[in-house]
Amino acid sequence: MTSAIEAEGLVKRFKGGVVALDGVSFAVEQGSVFGLLGPNGAGKTTVVRILTTVLAADGGRARVLGYDVARQPEMVRGLFGLAGQNAAVDENLTGRENLQMIGRLSHLSRAAARARAAELLEEFGLLDAAERSLKTYSGGMRRRLDVAAALVARASVLFLDEPTTGLDPQSRAELWSVIERLVEGGTTVLLTTQYLEEADRLASRLAVVDRGRVISQGTPAELKAALGRTVLEIELPDSAAAELAARAVAPLSAGAPGVYGSSVELPAEGGPRTAMEALRVLDREGIEPVRLSLREPSLDDVFLALTGHRAEQGATSTGEGARGRGPSVPDAAAGAGAARWASPS
Amino acid sequence: MGVPVVTLRPPGTAEGAPGAGLRLRWAFADTVTLTWRNLVRYVRIPETLFWSSVQPIMFVLLFRYVFGGAIRTGGVSYVNFLIPGIFIQTIAFGAVNTAIGLAEDLQKGIIERFRALPMARSAVLTGRTFADLGRALVVCGIIMGVGYAVGFRAETGAAAVLAGVGLLLLFSYALSWGFAVIGLVAPNSETAQVMAFPLLFPLTFASSAFVPVQTMPHWLHGFADYQPVSVVCDAVRALMIGGPTASAVWQSIAWAFGIVGVLAPLAVRRYRRLAR
Ligand SMILES: Nc1ncnc2c1ncn2[C@@H]1O[C@H](COP(=O)(O)OP(=O)(O)O)[C@@H](O)[C@H]1O
Ligand SMILES: [Mg+2]
Repeated sequence: MTSAIEAEGLVKRFKGGVVALDGVSFAVEQGSVFGLLGPNGAGKTTVVRILTTVLAADGGRARVLGYDVARQPEMVRGLFGLAGQNAAVDENLTGRENLQMIGRLSHLSRAAARARAAELLEEFGLLDAAERSLKTYSGGMRRRLDVAAALVARASVLFLDEPTTGLDPQSRAELWSVIERLVEGGTTVLLTTQYLEEADRLASRLAVVDRGRVISQGTPAELKAALGRTVLEIELPDSAAAELAARAVAPLSAGAPGVYGSSVELPAEGGPRTAMEALRVLDREGIEPVRLSLREPSLDDVFLALTGHRAEQGATSTGEGARGRGPSVPDAAAGAGAARWASPS
Repeated sequence: MGVPVVTLRPPGTAEGAPGAGLRLRWAFADTVTLTWRNLVRYVRIPETLFWSSVQPIMFVLLFRYVFGGAIRTGGVSYVNFLIPGIFIQTIAFGAVNTAIGLAEDLQKGIIERFRALPMARSAVLTGRTFADLGRALVVCGIIMGVGYAVGFRAETGAAAVLAGVGLLLLFSYALSWGFAVIGLVAPNSETAQVMAFPLLFPLTFASSAFVPVQTMPHWLHGFADYQPVSVVCDAVRALMIGGPTASAVWQSIAWAFGIVGVLAPLAVRRYRRLAR
């Protein structure tokens, strides 16, 4: 097992006393997708900037394909593709020109840069818009072009910093399948995301980051198994019925039921058996549920269990630190991310 | 883990970092690419260039027809005195574009992407300053046209006039490096622009560009006589409408190299520090 990316105890302090990274370590196996999952302000972008040689760490070490990012940045730079958090594309150029420029700057020959741009435009469904200035592109198109730009040099390591933030569901699904195809081809991907669903779907391993620390690491399944529990959700016509139902089903579980408006959530260690018992009890009490479902623990539950706070709280307490120079974060997208972290309770 | 992995060979030679020859070739190619990229903007949005030439045209008209009558310039007609001054003023103000362009690229995160590419890092700065040199060349053409339209006539030979334009371009390139520092320090492009003005106004107006320095109060002579805008202006004036050239030309060249020598390393250092 070889690691394509290794981070050891990365520390980064920004001016103004913000400790963006407080000893971040992880390793990414070659040919896998590794997810850095965390709320806004957790330090994900800072990790990516250090690994891509754009920012110097104050402590710790990092290697990409065996090369130290601080000592051999020139060796590292040709080895990866980067799609940063803010789609860094040139507004005044066309889509095709953007890709060709990146190709030239990656030292492809003129002909190779042209051919590669055409290939990627096709692959990302941007051929029709290829000769248009980027000013006319939608947010989704820009994102796709940005990811395409990261692929120009056919690097074997790819950094994608919140690639789908701010995208509509269809564009997101399209990008997901692009990433899956790349991984089938052997590319190593480091992906950051605020979307639980995204990490769950794409990443084979992930690190949960909060306030500059990795608070947990493992496969999505391991994290859920270690910390989450299957939950029985029972929806009732009104909150009075919910109170009654909660009292009725309480003895079925070691954990206490929670009442959220007109619905009840019960830890269901027994899985389907707990559900069957619950239905029997409710039937005996003459309570008729509107809806009943078993829910696998979500990564959101995991985050809550790990940190004791909802992710969005983390976002407000650490994310508001004064930002100096540096690309701005798309606010609307950050808001959408925070909303996703909120539990459906 | 069973997955076939294609590991790209690091750029350059099979072992170790790319050699010096290759680096130099890349630095050149990357500069060409970025110069093109920066110039495209002026071609795609010709309004930028149009509106930035409106200001010097207004100055030409204002000084030629409004203030000019009151300004005594000895044996030289005021329009002939004025146009070399307009050249230098436009060049100086135009150099602000270097600051604005860099600040904007930083703000938009493009430079961040460039810094993660295997390209020559110097190319971000050289590509920018060369593009602005190209812009200055076009602006010189426009001023020459406008000058002739309002009655300016060069009184020396074509070679001397061309030498004058060459001197202007050299000075323009030097100033670009100065303004690159501002562009790299400013938090955004708007601030870069307003940071430049307190420098530009004294340099262009307390100079020999619009009025002879002798007409200014005594205490100002020391600054107005020796500051670079005056020196280059005097040299360009001598090259275009006659007069002793040698000393002013050499002083101009010295100023240009001096500015580059001091400010280019500062810009490069500041650029490197973006990684902190
Ligand atoms: N250039 C900077 N100057 C000062 N603080 C910064 C800078 N960049 C990021 N930070 C701070 O560092 C922390 C981590 O930021 P970031 O890595 O962007 O988080 P994420 O990508 O997870 O949202 C935040 O508190 C942020 O405000
Ligand atoms: Mg981020």
